[in-house]
Amino acid sequence: MSIEARFKLDFSGFNLDVDLTLPGRGITALFGHSGSGKTTLLRCLAGLERAPDGYLALDGKVWQQGSLFVPTHHRSLGYVFQEASLFPHLNVRRNLEYGMSRIADGARRVSLDSAIELLGIGHLLERMPDRLSGGERSRVAIARALAVSPRILLMDEPLAALDLARKQEILPYLERLHDELEIPVVYVSHSPDEVARLADTMVLMEGGKIVASGPIHEMLTRLDLPLAHGDEAGVVIDTIVGEHDETYHLTRLDFAGGSIIVARQPHALEHRMRLRIHARDVSLALERHVDSSILNILPAKVLEIADETPAHVVVRLNAGGVPLLARITRKSSALLGLKPGMAVFAQVKSVALLE
Amino acid sequence: MSESDWLALKVTLELSGVTTLVLLVLGTPLAWWLARSRSRFAVVAESIVALPLVLPPTVLGFYMLVLLGPKGLVGSTLEAMGLHHLAFTFPGLVVASTLYSLPFMTQPLKDAFNAVGNRMIEAAATLRAGPWDRFFTVAVPMARRGFLTAITLTFAHTVGEFGVVLMVGGNIPDQTRVLSIAIYDHAEAMEYASAHILAGGLLAASFLMLVTVYALNRRYMTVHL
Repeated sequence: MSIEARFKLDFSGFNLDVDLTLPGRGITALFGHSGSGKTTLLRCLAGLERAPDGYLALDGKVWQQGSLFVPTHHRSLGYVFQEASLFPHLNVRRNLEYGMSRIADGARRVSLDSAIELLGIGHLLERMPDRLSGGERSRVAIARALAVSPRILLMDEPLAALDLARKQEILPYLERLHDELEIPVVYVSHSPDEVARLADTMVLMEGGKIVASGPIHEMLTRLDLPLAHGDEAGVVIDTIVGEHDETYHLTRLDFAGGSIIVARQPHALEHRMRLRIHARDVSLALERHVDSSILNILPAKVLEIADETPAHVVVRLNAGGVPLLARITRKSSALLGLKPGMAVFAQVKSVALLE
Repeated sequence: MSESDWLALKVTLELSGVTTLVLLVLGTPLAWWLARSRSRFAVVAESIVALPLVLPPTVLGFYMLVLLGPKGLVGSTLEAMGLHHLAFTFPGLVVASTLYSLPFMTQPLKDAFNAVGNRMIEAAATLRAGPWDRFFTVAVPMARRGFLTAITLTFAHTVGEFGVVLMVGGNIPDQTRVLSIAIYDHAEAMEYASAHILAGGLLAASFLMLVTVYALNRRYMTVHL
């Protein structure tokens, strides 16, 4: 399954011009600054905005082509707005049932109970929306969108209106969504952290155009893109819990190219965890240092070196199939004589666990 | 109260009731369109709808009389169809009152629909609700305070009509003689006691109606905060 979309839209002072194919699974992040056209693109996908001569097909089913334009209420989609947009005159249960009662019985693949359970809102059903906290409202809005068993879930910065604590409250639910449902998600965000945490695919937008798109691991390490530069640059690695070390209270997380040791995690073996390694936390050595306090040392191959600041370079590495970034000084790079193809050891000073 | 006063009360309530119903049916879609239309024509339409607010009732009444009378466009068409023209008739009063009270129905409704906001309507669309469905299950319930205000104001305003009624309806007992005209007649004839009863009654009824509306609106408001 895949999503094909072509839209051209002229507003005064803003043009949207996109042509993209999105994977029909996992979370695709539309990422860019405000004003880059992310939300407009999402609204075109939903049919809330009509781009003349646009084209949109979902798994071969055409939603827009020439004069054909399937109106929003005939599209099998779920939409989560920036503000929760719950109907104020209906309680939570009736908000959830609003969409669900309007689809055919045969089209119900997500039960109301499972949506309620997934978002943890069972205790809120009889409340009116004005009696909910911001985080609760967002969860109800997500459950309400899921309850229509959509073929695609569109989310417009669902966390933007929330403070950091509320974000932390919602993110685990979004991760469950990702892990437990087969529904592809298109997720608009301008937060690198959210994207690193949730996305499988990333579409980078600027000025109404698509700058680049691809799997998140590649996008974060493409040195020609701004994402691989700056203080927040880094990679995400999907791992599973491989072993617990009770003596030293550590956990080994395995991935294709090796393993990473972190402080003891409360999860069972085989549990999926995504971790983020910032480029600034990776240093390089030509030999494996055994006399170092750093536990995580990954053999890697230098792929590419790019200038970052007058003092720094960014090195793109391949650690057994997994891309890695290291931000080191230009002097270190010269002293080590780094060039593409060289075998090195990447020393990972710290790891951010995203789940 | 004399029998003719009771008849005047009956005509008044009938006229106000029918006018309010007609305006509810016609004014609601009009207000919805005014609230959501981005066309330039909407500005013109809005001004036309608001005209009765600033126009002297006798001006409106005069044009209505001409239009609905036997020589007018509407009246002569009806006559040609074998029907009666509308000058000095109850249906004629309903037509004139509908125009006269139009802004009292559309303004509160338009404001209420504006307050519902596009996002709620879009949210309903993403939840599979078609246009009519969205209107009746989201816009109308959310705009219920506006409906309450609009219905009350329209009814009360029609009860208080004088100039338009006098021009279009004349003063025919049991047909077009309404309370406001009865009061005028009583005062003219120096029957102040009878005028007091009707005037006082109208004052009290109008006040009570507004108190009820504001109290209800206040209650909705506290529920919503």
